[in-house]
Amino acid sequence: MLCEFRWSDDLAINWFKYSAPTTFYGLAGKLIPWFAFSAAILFSIGLYIGFFVAPMDAQQGEFYRIIFIHVPASILSMFLYMIMAGYAALGLIFNTRLSAMMASAIAPTGALFAVISLWTGALWGKPMWGAWWLWDARMTSELILLFLYLGFIALHASIDDPRRADRAAALLAIVGSVNVPIIYFSVQWWNTLHQGSTIKFSGTTMHVAMQQALFIMLVACWFYAFAVALTRVRSIILERERNTTWITELPEVKQ
Amino acid sequence: MISLDIWMRENPLTYVWFGSYAVALLIFATEIAMVRHRRKSTLQQIRLMRDAEADSKDGNTA
Repeated sequence: MLCEFRWSDDLAINWFKYSAPTTFYGLAGKLIPWFAFSAAILFSIGLYIGFFVAPMDAQQGEFYRIIFIHVPASILSMFLYMIMAGYAALGLIFNTRLSAMMASAIAPTGALFAVISLWTGALWGKPMWGAWWLWDARMTSELILLFLYLGFIALHASIDDPRRADRAAALLAIVGSVNVPIIYFSVQWWNTLHQGSTIKFSGTTMHVAMQQALFIMLVACWFYAFAVALTRVRSIILERERNTTWITELPEVKQ
Repeated sequence: MISLDIWMRENPLTYVWFGSYAVALLIFATEIAMVRHRRKSTLQQIRLMRDAEADSKDGNTA
């Protein structure tokens, strides 16, 4: 039993160690190149499969190829909001500095994914429905998500004291998280023009190449979001901790 | 608008590529440039603060 405990202790990762900006700064710096490089490779593979391998759709023709950016961007916009709200809640409950910094770092990336989702959705809607925009439940709730992201960013920027800004913006993020399940289930709850989920737990009728391109683009978007959010959080850590000794001792600051 | 409708149906791949993927890649490139610029400017500010502090310390000792 003693060996087992020792064995597990050796392998155990102290997650709390990385909840401090001091240690997380270094970890983020090591992870960023891996995420950025993987994202670039996966985007190239995903676009190649999406445009050159995946066949044309029988009903929508070539226009369906917007799916490979529209669906990952929509998924990312929703998940990033939940992650942002989660970090904001952690910061509010446990008063941890890094959580609030992570929430602030994720918000702009989430907002940009919401913009891409709405933009590509409009471009897909025009040839399919004959309209750039409709006040459809899915589209309207996604637009509200964009406004929530913008509200979070604007509220945080409007308060001078960073800790007070963190708390005020965290409340908005937590309250706004109710919108995410509304976006997801909007196509089931209301009679909308927007189609339902293409890939379900019960399976899909999509061609294998289409599934591969969609999945690879989704992973690429995740890696891109991680790389950008981690780069942004490193700048936020530098800004907020600039008066501490460990910041002045960093090699990039000493240069 | 009718001419756009005709054009997009005649050139669907160009419409899809330039309309959505090129725009998305442009947004990604802008975001990357912004985060890199923020990091550079933050580091520069911290170095300036450090130099100013060092100068003021030298002034006090002199």
